Amino acid sequence: MKIRGKTWKFGDDIDTDAIIPARYLNTTDPKELAAHCMEDADPEFAPRVGPGDIIAAGKNFGCGSSREHAPIAIKAAGVSCVVARSFARIFYRNAFNMGLPILECPEGAQRIRKDDELEIDLDSGLIENLTRNETYRAQAIPPFMQKLIRAGGLMEYVREQMAEENTER
Amino acid sequence: MPKTISEKILADHAGKREVFPEELVEVRIDFALGNDITAPLAIEAFRRSGAKKVFDRERISLIPDHFVPNKDIASAVQARMLSEFARQFDLPYYFEVGRMGVEHALLPEMGLVLPGDVVIGADSHTCTYGALGAFATGVGSTDLAAAMITGRIWFKVPPSIKFVFKGKLRPWVGGKDLILHTIGQIGVEGARYRAMEFTGESIDSLPMADRFSMCNMAVEAGAKVGIINPDSITEQYVSSRAKRPYKFYHSDPEASYEAVYKWDLSGLEPVVALPHSPQNVRQVTEIPQTPVDQVVIGSCTNGRLEDLRLAAQVMKGKKVARQVRCIVIPATQRVYLEAMEEGLLEIFIEAEAAVSTPTCGPCLGGHMGILAPGETAVATTNRNFVGRMGHVESKVYLSNPAVAAASAILGRIAHPREVLTR
Repeated sequence: MKIRGKTWKFGDDIDTDAIIPARYLNTTDPKELAAHCMEDADPEFAPRVGPGDIIAAGKNFGCGSSREHAPIAIKAAGVSCVVARSFARIFYRNAFNMGLPILECPEGAQRIRKDDELEIDLDSGLIENLTRNETYRAQAIPPFMQKLIRAGGLMEYVREQMAEENTER
Repeated sequence: MPKTISEKILADHAGKREVFPEELVEVRIDFALGNDITAPLAIEAFRRSGAKKVFDRERISLIPDHFVPNKDIASAVQARMLSEFARQFDLPYYFEVGRMGVEHALLPEMGLVLPGDVVIGADSHTCTYGALGAFATGVGSTDLAAAMITGRIWFKVPPSIKFVFKGKLRPWVGGKDLILHTIGQIGVEGARYRAMEFTGESIDSLPMADRFSMCNMAVEAGAKVGIINPDSITEQYVSSRAKRPYKFYHSDPEASYEAVYKWDLSGLEPVVALPHSPQNVRQVTEIPQTPVDQVVIGSCTNGRLEDLRLAAQVMKGKKVARQVRCIVIPATQRVYLEAMEEGLLEIFIEAEAAVSTPTCGPCLGGHMGILAPGETAVATTNRNFVGRMGHVESKVYLSNPAVAAASAILGRIAHPREVLTR
C-alpha cells in the first residue's frame, strides 16, 4: 500500500494533550476531535490540514495519556501516516488498533521538512522524499502487527476469534 | 535462567516456563479497568464487535472519575454509558459518585488489584499498581474492549532497567521526589517501552503511599511498568484488603537488566518539575522566586491519606496566602472520611483551602480548578505539559504534597521548612 502527501513537521515529545487537549474529551465523535487536533501545538494545523497529509515528528511522539482520542483525531483530520523518530508505547499500540499507519524512522524524522512531498510504501517501509530527492528506510512493521492489520484492526481480529469459538461449539 | 519480577509474572500469565525481553506473548489478565473518558470508546467497540458477554464480571471495573461529578451534559452522557454497561452486565465493581474515588487510589485500597497480577487499564497511570508487585500498564480503549471480551492481551516483554536508591532520605523528601529526580535524570523517553524496577534501601523502608507515587509516574519516563518487589510493607497493606488470593514474585539477584542506575539520594532536597515537562526537575532550594496563583493537592499520584497528612502538617494553624486558591482533593471516599476523622479537613478549611469530593478534575484541565492565561499552579499531580491544567499560556509546577502546601501558605514555591520555622 502506497501513501502520498505533503508534510506537517513537529518537534520532540509531542504529548497527547497537545494532540487532543483533555477539555475536548467529553466526546468520542471523530469529526469533533479532528477539529481540535494539535490545537495547543500548532493552532494552524486543524483548519489547514488536508486529506492525505503526513505528520513528521521527533522522538517520543504521543507520550502522556492513553487516550485513543489522539490517533482518532489525527486519522479523522485526514492524516494518512505519522513518521517519527520514535513513538510512546501506548500511542504506538493505539495507532495500530485504530488503523492509523505509523512508521519509526530516525533519518526521515530528521531530514523531512514542512511541506515536503512524500511517497511512503507501507509494505517495505521505504519513504521517498520527492521534494528533496531522498530515500529513507523506516523500521518494518513487525509480523505480529501485520497480522492485526490484515484482519483490519484489533476488534476485527477479536471478531474472527469469536466466530471461530462459535463454530467449535 | 535468572529472571526479573516482570518476566516472571508475564511467563506465568502466558503459561510459559520463561519469557525473554522483546518476545511477543499473549497473556491472561487478572483485572481490567476504564474511566469516563476511555470506557465510552471501549464500550462502543465492545458493542460493535457483537460480543454478548464479558470474560469475567468480577474482574472488570468501570470508574467515572475524570469529569465527575458530571461537569457538563456531554460528560454526563459519557458517564451514563458506564453505568448502563455496568447494569447490563451486572458488574459489581462499577463505582458511582459517592462510592467512587480516583481509580488508581481506589482499586488498591479496595484490594481489587493485587501482587502478582497482570492488570490493564485504559488509563496511562495504571502502572501505579506496580507498587504492589503487579505487572500493570495503560492501554487504549480498543485494547480494553478486546480484553473485556477475551480476558487476554498481547505484550512485548519489556527489557528491565534497575534503579537502586541508597541513603536515608531527608525530611520532606518522599516517593514523589525520588520519581521526579529519576525522570529528571533519564528524561521523558528514558525508559520508553521498558520496565522500571525500583530497589535499594531507600525503597525497602518506603511506605506504600510513596511507592504508589513512584510507580504512578513511571509512564512519564515512557515506561510500560514501574514495579517494586513486594515485601512486608506490601503484605501489611494487602493482607486485610485482598478480595482474592495473590502471589509475591521477586526478581532473582542475578537477573539481567538493560541498565542499572545507582543513586545515593541522602543529600536530595524536595524537588519540583518546572513547566512544561516532568523532566525539568530542580531542587526547590535552587529555583528563583516563583509566585503562585493556585495549588492543587490530590490526584492518583498524591491524593492518599499519607499525602494529606503531610500537607496538613505544613498548613496547620496557617492561612493560605491571600492571592492563592488552594484546592485539596482526597482521592477516595475512604481517604476523605479518614482525613475528616483525623481532623485534617478541619486544618485545610481553617487554612482557607477548598476541600473537594474525589475527582481527577483539575489534573487534566477537566474541571474543578482550571487555570487562566498567565496563571501558575503548583500541583501534586503528574503532568505539566502545555495547557494541561487549563489555558495554553498557564504553567504547572509538579511537587510533593508538603512543598505544595508550603507554596500555598507563602504564595510562592517554597520548601516546607520555610513555613515551619516561622
